Amino acid sequence: MLAYIIRRFLYAIPILIGVNILTFALFFMVNTPDQMARVQLGDKHITQQDINNWKAQRGYDKPLFINAEKQGLETLTQTIFFDKSIKLLAFDFGKSDEGRSIGGDIQERMWPSLAVQVPTFIIGILVNICFALIIVMFRASLFEFSALTFCVMLLSISAVFYILGGQFLFAKLWNLVPISGYLGGADALRFLILPIIIGVMAGIGAGTRMYRTIFIEEASRDYIRTARAKGVSELNLLFKHLLPNGMIPVLTGVVVVIPQLFMGSLLMESFFGIPGLGSYTLDAIQAQDFAVVRAMVFLGSVLYIIGLLLTDISYTLVDPRVKLS
Amino acid sequence: MILPVFLWSDLLIYTLIASVGLFLWQLRKNPQAKKRWSGVFASKVGMASFIVILFYILISLLDSMHYREPLPQLNGVEQQEVAYSSEVKSVLDIVLSPLHSSNESTYSAPFALHSFAKENMTDSNGAIYRDFPRLKNAGSHLKDVSERWWDVLWRSVLAILLGGLVAAVPIGLHKFYRNNSGKTASEVVPWNVAYKTLLMISVIGCWVLSLSEYYHILGTDKVGSDVLYQSIKAIRTGVLIGTLATLVTLPLAIILGISAGYFKGWVDDVVQYTYTTLSSIPGILLIAASVLLIDVYIETHAEQFNLTALRSDFKFLALCAILGLTSWTGLCRMLRAETLKVSQLDYVQAAHAFGVNHRRVIGKHILPNVTHLILIAIVLDFSMFVLAEAVLSYIGVGVDPDMHSWGNMINAARSELSRDPVVWWSVSAAFILMFTLVLAANLFSDEVRNAFDPNTVKGDS
Repeated sequence: MLAYIIRRFLYAIPILIGVNILTFALFFMVNTPDQMARVQLGDKHITQQDINNWKAQRGYDKPLFINAEKQGLETLTQTIFFDKSIKLLAFDFGKSDEGRSIGGDIQERMWPSLAVQVPTFIIGILVNICFALIIVMFRASLFEFSALTFCVMLLSISAVFYILGGQFLFAKLWNLVPISGYLGGADALRFLILPIIIGVMAGIGAGTRMYRTIFIEEASRDYIRTARAKGVSELNLLFKHLLPNGMIPVLTGVVVVIPQLFMGSLLMESFFGIPGLGSYTLDAIQAQDFAVVRAMVFLGSVLYIIGLLLTDISYTLVDPRVKLS
Repeated sequence: MILPVFLWSDLLIYTLIASVGLFLWQLRKNPQAKKRWSGVFASKVGMASFIVILFYILISLLDSMHYREPLPQLNGVEQQEVAYSSEVKSVLDIVLSPLHSSNESTYSAPFALHSFAKENMTDSNGAIYRDFPRLKNAGSHLKDVSERWWDVLWRSVLAILLGGLVAAVPIGLHKFYRNNSGKTASEVVPWNVAYKTLLMISVIGCWVLSLSEYYHILGTDKVGSDVLYQSIKAIRTGVLIGTLATLVTLPLAIILGISAGYFKGWVDDVVQYTYTTLSSIPGILLIAASVLLIDVYIETHAEQFNLTALRSDFKFLALCAILGLTSWTGLCRMLRAETLKVSQLDYVQAAHAFGVNHRRVIGKHILPNVTHLILIAIVLDFSMFVLAEAVLSYIGVGVDPDMHSWGNMINAARSELSRDPVVWWSVSAAFILMFTLVLAANLFSDEVRNAFDPNTVKGDS
């Protein structure tokens, strides 16, 4: 088991290097730092001197890969590639183009993101499983047909509409919660409740349909038929037999997204003005702050790889038949 | 004379339609595929959603035939070269010309006769007062404001009757053809559903077209242009982004996925590494980064894009390509797994034993057995991309702000919804049109899945 985990960790390294090289190519080779400076400064009448200043301030004035002016190891370390890319691998995110420490920003902004994402995730799964079980209970009936049609309708609505509609109804029309904003501590609940409700709502369509497929497949297995033949009541069958076994694919399916809860949700956080990592990323995209975008790309891929690893481990934990080798 | 303009996306869409036609022609020879497809159309939901999608495609096709009008000649001076307007129009604009040309000064509600905001006006005595001004192009035929709803009512009744008549012609002809062709006994196709859908589309279309000549039936936006016009023009953007982005994913996913599963060894390693790396990058960030790069490219090569339409078209195509390039990994993974399974089967082994070469084995034995995955992915991806456009435009990395798109309309809605009284019509128009398209695509994809996926058992799904 331990050997397997270590090997998977080693396997993650080339992937992270690949991500690194890809983002580096995207951000520095397709666009030279000169062009970036031009876009950032935005003025028609900028001189080469302005551009050089801008680059020097942010450390973009070095050569891309090899610095011929320096001696020994410094020919490789005094380059943009080492400064901006290799250091990411050691989780040294450096400074944003505005001059703030990205690492510090991430640590600070991760908590509001988690405060929205974790409850949304847990409540969402519970609600979806309940709905899926109800649908499975009434399978092959008119109820199932209409519930599934309703699910398709729910999942055909863009997430943006859920947010706009929810804000309009709950905050503007009924004045139940503030439209947007965020406060720390106990006050946070007031601001969090609407994003969480909307997040759960937006996921119901797809989630319920997916879990229903899993449970329906489970319901057609032999042990269910045997249990029913032995006279187990339908409710008992559902909760004692079907649910524990159906949870295996459900859990292993959701584990991959757990680490990514850190990243926050771009849409939700920007609409509700929550100062999390999602709105951080969005602000960086809109301000064309490539340093932050690169850091978030890297963080996102690290979390994804951790998610894959957790998925593999969770298989062995919930299903003793699976052996990792 | 008008000057036809072929944008790159137009050419792509013509080729696409031609190749789909060719594909359907080929399909006639394949009885198995024909049976599967007839399964899709045997269901009422499949038929109805197909017709709705077809209607959307038709509109976007009309909107893809572009031209430029010549400018009027100056004072009868003989000019050697005709100067053309820099505005690129489409055939759809001719149909919607009453909408396009009827601009107001600012917001107005659906069917409103007065503007949404007060303005300074001078009465007959020269005194200045503030009131809601009458709209220039809405209800100007009315003698009195109070006649409005009666006018709307009788025009609606007329329009609905007209719509019924318009639909009756093709339906009647088709029924006549069916009765005379003598195949009715074995028909399972629910033609009645098709007729009803057609009738509904025709009635709604006639109602919209005839009333929009006299009113802004979905209101006007901030700069006073008609919301209905905008949302109809946005259909092309939505449909194209769905089809073109899906089209980009296909070759990558199919070639890489099948070769990884078939050749195994180092090919498999490379492909697996590529898609794990790509899918580990948060999709929206990768898209945002690439779109920013395209922006920089356009800015530094401004001389290549002398027309606004050319620039937004280039950005649009780049967006489709980026969307496609970042989302082929899911299908690739599925194709790889399925190919691994299929290539172990006896008949593939037998083909190898007979010395059939790789190209033939893949083409004749593997590809046909994974087609269902590809088809299901096509329809699912389509609706995903349509939804993604709205989110991307909201973030500011979507289509060009000059281009009509549902995402841009929703983006504007944020400030509109916080006004008092609320400006709700623009976002509702985008919602209705987008929801109809995505719902139809999702329902159709369910039917395709039911018909093509060997794992779904009839009656169980």
